[in-house]
Amino acid sequence: MTPPSLRHRYVQGALAGLPFTIVVGPFALIFGVLATEAGLDLAQTMGMSLLVIAGAAQFAAVQLLDEAAPVWVILATALAINMRMAMYSASMAPHLGRAPLWQRMAAAYFLFDQAYGVSIRRFDDAQEWSVAEKMAFFFGCVLPICPLWYAGTYVGAVAGAAIPPEYALDFAVPITFLALIAPYLRTLPHIAAALVSVTLSLALVSLPPGTGIIVAGVAGMLAGALVEAWCDDA
Amino acid sequence: MMPDAVVWAVILVLGVGTYLIRFSFLGILGARPLPFWALRLLRYVPVAVMPAIAAPMVVWPEATGGLVEPSRLLAAAAVIAVGVVTRSVLGAIFAGIVTVYTLGAVL
Repeated sequence: MTPPSLRHRYVQGALAGLPFTIVVGPFALIFGVLATEAGLDLAQTMGMSLLVIAGAAQFAAVQLLDEAAPVWVILATALAINMRMAMYSASMAPHLGRAPLWQRMAAAYFLFDQAYGVSIRRFDDAQEWSVAEKMAFFFGCVLPICPLWYAGTYVGAVAGAAIPPEYALDFAVPITFLALIAPYLRTLPHIAAALVSVTLSLALVSLPPGTGIIVAGVAGMLAGALVEAWCDDA
Repeated sequence: MMPDAVVWAVILVLGVGTYLIRFSFLGILGARPLPFWALRLLRYVPVAVMPAIAAPMVVWPEATGGLVEPSRLLAAAAVIAVGVVTRSVLGAIFAGIVTVYTLGAVL
């Protein structure tokens, strides 16, 4: 019996990634609109979506740029948001770590939330797949999602000015952020992390823009880790 | 808004930094796992950082000149409630949008 072709894995990946276009399309559109409203020109808006491809960090960076926060705060905040991807990278390493370097370099660029989430769930159930098959599946996941991220950003940036302010589009950012983390709020450590983070962020709002977020974020992480350790010991 | 050069610098550093974070273990350390305590802290990054950004935007929105607006507080509560119960990011976003628009029209 010959193993299924790489093309087959690629198509499987693409089909698995397809449902996420429902979220990514509007998310990209909103990013294009907000970045333009914050004063980024078309090249800068597209440049960010092409170079960073990480929605949450891009929203945070644009928000802080708009508030004229110190540059180190913008970078620290956005990179802190993306630090979770080090975890993605670590958990992908056993599956894709033996692939050729150029493939790993390409995969790293596309290691965003949805492609990671879809792939890792599949890989854990597919121990018999070769590294090449897993890589094909991963790039398949990327196929429907990534072009939509670029295209949505472009449409949002170009059409954004036509959207009237009473549509409360500014609210898209907090809604998206809360929606991304709400599904986590089912364990005590995650709830503790979020509560500490929100409380400190509100209490420190008069600090220079963005600095409260760093303090609140670090405190929230420590709270989560400590409560987890406490739960494990109990 | 910042000067163009500063915006471009932020975009470039963010792009390179994000790439290096994504490449880190996959590229350099291969199959070597992260230390336990690092994984334990990193696990809480999204849930600690994202609400910290969202909370002030919900309570004191820029669009209302920083005044508390009940429709936005309730919409945020709806996002979290639907997200926790359904585990659906899309459903939670939808709940928030519906709430802020309906209440915004009523209140």
